[in-house]
Order: sequence, then structure tokens, then C-alpha cells
Amino acid sequence: MAQEILSFIERKSPVHSLSGATKLIIFILYSTAAMLTYDTRVLLGLLVISIAIFIVSKIRIREIGFIMAFILAFLLLNNIAIYIFSPQEGVKIYGSSHVLFEIVGRYNVTLEQLFYHLNITLKYFVVIPAALLFIVTTHPSEFAASLNKIGVNYKIAYSVSLALRYIPDIQRDFRTIAQAQQARGIDISRKEKLLKRLKNASSIIFPLIFSTLNRIEVISNAMELRRFGKKKNRTWYNEKPFRKADYIVLVAGSLILVLSLVITFYDGSRFYNPFL
Amino acid sequence: MRKPIIEFKNFSFKYKSQMEPTLHQVNLTIYEGEKVVIVGPSGSGKSTLAHCINGLVPFSYQGEIEGNLTIKGQVTKSLDLFSLSKIVGTVLQDPDGQFIGLSVGEDIAFSLENEAVPQEKMISQVVDVSKLVNMEDKIQSSIHELSGGQKQRVSLAGVIVEEVDILLFDEPLANLDPATGEQAMALIDQIQKETNTTVIIIEHRLEDVLTQDIDRVIVVNDGRIVSDRNPNELLASNVLESCSLREPLYVKALKYAGCKVTPEMHSASIETLVLDESKDKLFEWYEATIPATYEKKDSPILELQDINFSYHKGFPTIQNVSLTIHKGEMVSIVGTNGAGKSTLSKLICGFEKIQSGKILYKGEDITEDTIYERSNRIGMVMQNPNHMISKHMIYDEVALGLVMRGVPEDEIKKRVEETLKVCGLYGFRNWPISALSFGQKKRVTIASILVLQTEVLILDEPTAGQDLRHYTEIMEFLTELNSQGVTILMITHDMHLMLEYTSRAIAIADGQVIADNSAVNILTNSEVVEKTNLKVTSLFELAVKAGINKPIDFVSRFIDYDKEARVTWRKKY
Repeated sequence: MAQEILSFIERKSPVHSLSGATKLIIFILYSTAAMLTYDTRVLLGLLVISIAIFIVSKIRIREIGFIMAFILAFLLLNNIAIYIFSPQEGVKIYGSSHVLFEIVGRYNVTLEQLFYHLNITLKYFVVIPAALLFIVTTHPSEFAASLNKIGVNYKIAYSVSLALRYIPDIQRDFRTIAQAQQARGIDISRKEKLLKRLKNASSIIFPLIFSTLNRIEVISNAMELRRFGKKKNRTWYNEKPFRKADYIVLVAGSLILVLSLVITFYDGSRFYNPFL
Repeated sequence: MRKPIIEFKNFSFKYKSQMEPTLHQVNLTIYEGEKVVIVGPSGSGKSTLAHCINGLVPFSYQGEIEGNLTIKGQVTKSLDLFSLSKIVGTVLQDPDGQFIGLSVGEDIAFSLENEAVPQEKMISQVVDVSKLVNMEDKIQSSIHELSGGQKQRVSLAGVIVEEVDILLFDEPLANLDPATGEQAMALIDQIQKETNTTVIIIEHRLEDVLTQDIDRVIVVNDGRIVSDRNPNELLASNVLESCSLREPLYVKALKYAGCKVTPEMHSASIETLVLDESKDKLFEWYEATIPATYEKKDSPILELQDINFSYHKGFPTIQNVSLTIHKGEMVSIVGTNGAGKSTLSKLICGFEKIQSGKILYKGEDITEDTIYERSNRIGMVMQNPNHMISKHMIYDEVALGLVMRGVPEDEIKKRVEETLKVCGLYGFRNWPISALSFGQKKRVTIASILVLQTEVLILDEPTAGQDLRHYTEIMEFLTELNSQGVTILMITHDMHLMLEYTSRAIAIADGQVIADNSAVNILTNSEVVEKTNLKVTSLFELAVKAGINKPIDFVSRFIDYDKEARVTWRKKY
């Protein structure tokens, strides 16, 4: 069976039982905090909480391995780019320069620059679990409901969740089409040269687009015939009502945001400077 | 006095994108509480007629309307899609495509959600309606876990969860096997009685629809209504034949035997059928028809030896399957959805790897061959041609496999043109594929496999969703190929196809071969029929009813006779 990327993983855990809207709000609060602060102490604190929540959710790392690897690769790229374009960023921020070794010209390695990169990396690690957990622990049916609850127009919310929901179907179509084309001698495996592979891939993409368009026509007729879009508001069969745990989590989340901002801006700078 | 609920008055409709009107001057009245079936060949306008009733025409598919359509006293032009859908509930053809919710409960609740019904009320309404369709145990289940028949129940529940006056079914039986189809019809009947709605069914499997009482059958052809009467009268006429629609097999048998079918014979169902003096005629015909003899084929081309396969450990999909296909045979593989017949074809083509066992091609072990290597010997035609077609022009599409194999250009040209001639597509070779009908597209996909000169052809549901004309076209073409020596395997649950075209059928249930016999023997064996969700053919029941002592022989003689008759019929047109 095709591996499904970023789809709901069914478990019984406190994280799963929270309302989708709660998880979405927490994700937003959490990323705001992580985005604003460069304070290493705050980031470390947030990281510990992130990891704790991740463990509580009973999701295993390998279940989200593919997307994790993808994000980590992106993180590496980001770090390299920062160093290439701004090797003295750390020195500028922290106001001192502890050179470890020189490379060439303005490119040297300083403790300050390494510390700056550590902070960037920490930010990623704080946000990743929050974002992934929202997606993999929220049932797709509840997904739209939770977007709608925080004020997103329900038509947009519904299309987002429909798109997510069709990923497995489209993957299945892709597999069928790929098999049919391989049987005619079209190779898209690694044995073929890259350029040829890309060209061959187009013979799968076109049927895939057509079958997807067809799918869209059917579903939009089905939705209209059952009066989707008639009213300004709609209710949700699968919406989880807010319970005590949701309120507690939301209050805790807001406190964490406030606290982290207070610590961050207490001394007038977003950065924690260990070099003073 | 019956109260009209749907009234077409001199109604014509032309799609925006088309030159000619699809419906011409339709006059039709449907009364409250009636159960009406609309039949017609593909492209006859029957789906358009349905779309006019549910409002997709003109609100989703735009075009010009002449004349009037009144539903429940209101002219539809002045309404909108939403208010119409409050009166007319539609169950669409494709059971998978129309699901919006992921779980049974969510899907049933969809229209309630859109009406902003509070959650609690919604949940209790869903429970009520799921009881009505016997799905109350499955409310939490995911749609993907359901069988075809259960899916149909859910889509029906989603429509009747709010009160509607008219229920419209667009080809409800298209994706169901015969036994499930019969249950679906029984359910429609039950719902109609309990809710007292008007029911309109668009379908071309007339014999299956008529298993329940139907008030009227409306025949549409070329955008016009050509017949509007009760089933008994319709079957006594020759309207179906002249519109190239399929008559129930037992009616055909009666006609072959020279019996005059009259409305008084109640031929709408084999159960109500009154034979009386027709009995003798049937008997005479039976005695006079000489059974055909078949030469036994005995040169194995494809052998499966003790094949095992599972997608998930511990849940075998295919178990100890062994079978031999001989050169020049035409065989159908039958079984319920999920019995493993599609998996079997994937194993033969190498799309999936077998876990134990051996596959031999002309005695040579091909178990380790790749998809590509096998594709030179065994061709696979998928059910949905849109999954295969990737080029714009017909010529390019058919040439694709050869181009990929690096065959020299002049040879490609020669082989493609030859194949196109065989497939009756030579005249279209420079046409874009988008201009073709579904049946023609199917032929393009067959051509694109044939051009690779495979000796074995596997087709997955070659005739699904085709009307009698296209069905005959495709099947006659396959028979022609078969007579030229191509071995053909077909995965199907179409009983007509089995009976009429394949002398041998292999029945699969739970991943095992449960019968490997002549199609006639399989369709008259009640045990196999039950396990594969087929139905005992009505011909058999007719023979029993007529008191013929060897009903199986009667069925096979009918098939032979019918084959001859079809050859002459084909020459005539």
C-alpha cells in the first residue's frame, strides 16, 4: 500500500481527545512565541514542552519520518544559506567575536555565529511538533470544523479539508496509472536517466489530472445537490464540543505565550546574550 | 384523482456547448407516489432528463430551455438548485465519488449540516434514518470499509435524511453485482412504501430493475420519448429491440421460441409470468435446437501454480490458486468485490509480487519477470480508459508502447496502422482522443495494448457502464480478436457477458477458486451463484417453469441460438 503522507493517525491519547480548534489555536500561539523570541532559555523551555506533548500524543517519530526528514533537510538548507549570506550575523547581534578558526575573507567561524544558528534550529524544533501534531491528531472530518471555528470561511475550510482528504485517493490513482504505463514500457524508476524520467512522468501526470478533474466535477455536483453553500453558516456533525481540558490547555497556552514574551523582552532585546 | 408532481410540457433543452438540442419536445407527466423507470441507450438524453428534474440542468450545466417543466406546481426555471433539492433527492451513479463525509454518520448528515441543524438534533436524525436503511451498526464506520451495497444504502440515507417528495436514482445498479443489485431494488421499494415518495430510476439493466413492481417504463431515444407504458405492455412490444436496449433474457427466449408475448402474460417478472400455451412452443423450440459442440482447447498458454499473496500479513488475499488457461480461450473471472479477482490479474501482470507459487507462460517460468518483460506477452486493459490514455492523438497513443521500446519508425507505422484497422479505428487515426465516445476510448486502450503483439489479453470489466449497442460493439470486437488466436481473460460481474461470450468461467471467492466450469454450469449452480453474489439466470427459471426436464441444457441451447441470431443481427445493421 502506498505510504500516506501527513494523514490522520488514529490513537487514544489526551492530545487526540482535544478539540481540533484548541489544537489549532495552540499551534498559532506556540508558533507566535517561537517566531518572536530568540531567547535561548525560552526556546529551550518551549522545546521541552513540545517534546513532552509529542510523547503524550503517542505518535511515533517513524510515522511522520518522511515529512520530518523533509523539514530537517529544509532546516539544513536554511542554516547554510544564512551562513553564506551573513557569516557575521552572530557577531553583529551579540556584539563580541570569539573566533574559533578562519576560513577565507569574512568567512570565519565564531562562537556567536554558532550560537545564533543554534537558536534558529531550536525555533524549528519548537514549531515542528506543534504543527505536525495538529495535522496528524485531528480527524479530517473535524479539521474543517476547527478552521471554521476560529473564523475561517466554511467554504474555504471545507476545500482545504477536502484537498487533504483526497490525497490518499489521488495516490491510489497515481499508482494505478503508473502501473498501466509501466506495462507499456514507460519506466519512471531510478533505472532511467533523469531527463527521460521527467518526460516519462508526464505520461502519468496527464491521466492523473484528467481523472482528478473528473472527480472534482462529481463531488461538486454531489455537494450542490445537498445544498452546500446555501447558508452563511453551517453546523458540523463531527465538531468536538469544548470541554474542561480544552479550556485548561488554552489558558496554559496563553500563559506560556505571555510568559515567554515577558522573559524575551524583559531586558529590551529579543536575544539572550551569554557572551556578556 | 392522481396528482401530477412532475410535468414536462413541450420541453426542449440544448447544452451551451452543443449545436443540437439534447431533448426535443418532451411531454411527460409523473404522478405522486408513482414508481417510474427511465431507460434509453447512451447519449439518448436520459441523464439530461434526470438532470432537468434535479436542477443540475440548467443551474450547473447551462443551456437553453424551451417549454416548461413544473415540479410540485412550481416552474423550475424560476427556482434555484437549493430549493429544488429540497423537493428532489438525488442518488448519483458513482457511489464512491459522491461521498463527501468520511464516516457513514458524517456523510448522512451532510445536508443537515448545510441547513445549520444543531449538532444534537442532527445526531438523532442520523440515527433514525440509518435504522431505516439498516445501517445503524455502521454509523461510526469509515466509508472505505463498506461494500458496494452498503455504500448505496448510505447515499440513499443521505438523501432521505430530510423529507423529499421525489427520489431520483441515476443508474443505481451500475456498480453493483447482480445479487446486491436485487437487494438495492428491494430497499428502494421498501423506502418508497415507507416514505410514500415518488421514485424515478434511470437504469439500463431493465431485467434487474423489474425484480420489483414498477408502475411505468419510459423509453428515451434520440432525445425523444418513444414509449411510456407499463412494463407488461412494453415487453410485449418491440420498442426495446428497436432502441437497441436489452430485453430480459427470458422474454428473448420466449420470442425466439416464437411465442407471442402479450401484456396478459405479466412478463415484467419471471415470477408473475404466465406461460400456459407458450409452454409447448418453448418445448418444441428446445427439442428443435441442436446443441453446438465445442472443440476442446489443449495447449496451455498461462499456468498459475499454487499462488499465494497478501497485502497485509496474516490476511491472505489470494490462497493456493492454481489454474490453466489454454491458447485461444475466452474466459471470464467472476466473484464479488474484494474476492481477489483484480488482485489476481495484477499478479499475472507483475504489478504485485506473488509470495509463493509459480506463473508459467507457454511452459516457461515467468515468476521473476518484471512488469515490463511480462507486458510483451500479457496485455492488461484497465477498467477506466482515462487511467491509460496519456496522449492527445489516437495514433500517438497507440504508438506509445512501441516508441518506448525503441522500435524503428517505419515498423511502428506499419504495426500501428494494422492494429488500428483491426480495431476499426483506422479512419480516426488523426483524431484527438477527446473527440471519442467512452466505448471508442476503450477500443483505443485495447489497441494500445494489442499493438505490442501480446498473445494474452486481460480486461478488467470491459463493458462496465456501456449500453447494449456499445457492449455488443466491444464484445464482438473481442470475439473477433479471439478468433484470430488472442487468448482473452475478462474480469466481470456481468452475467450476460459470461453467458453470451465466454464458454468457460472461473469463480473466485475469498481468494480461492471455487468453481472452474462452463458459464452455463456456473450460473445454474445455486451454491456457486450465492458465494459469488451472482444470480441464477432467469433462463434457468424459465426452463423450470416450462417444465423442461434438463433446464441447464435449455440455457446452453439458448446461448448457442442467440449467438447465431446475433451474427445475423450484426450483418443486418
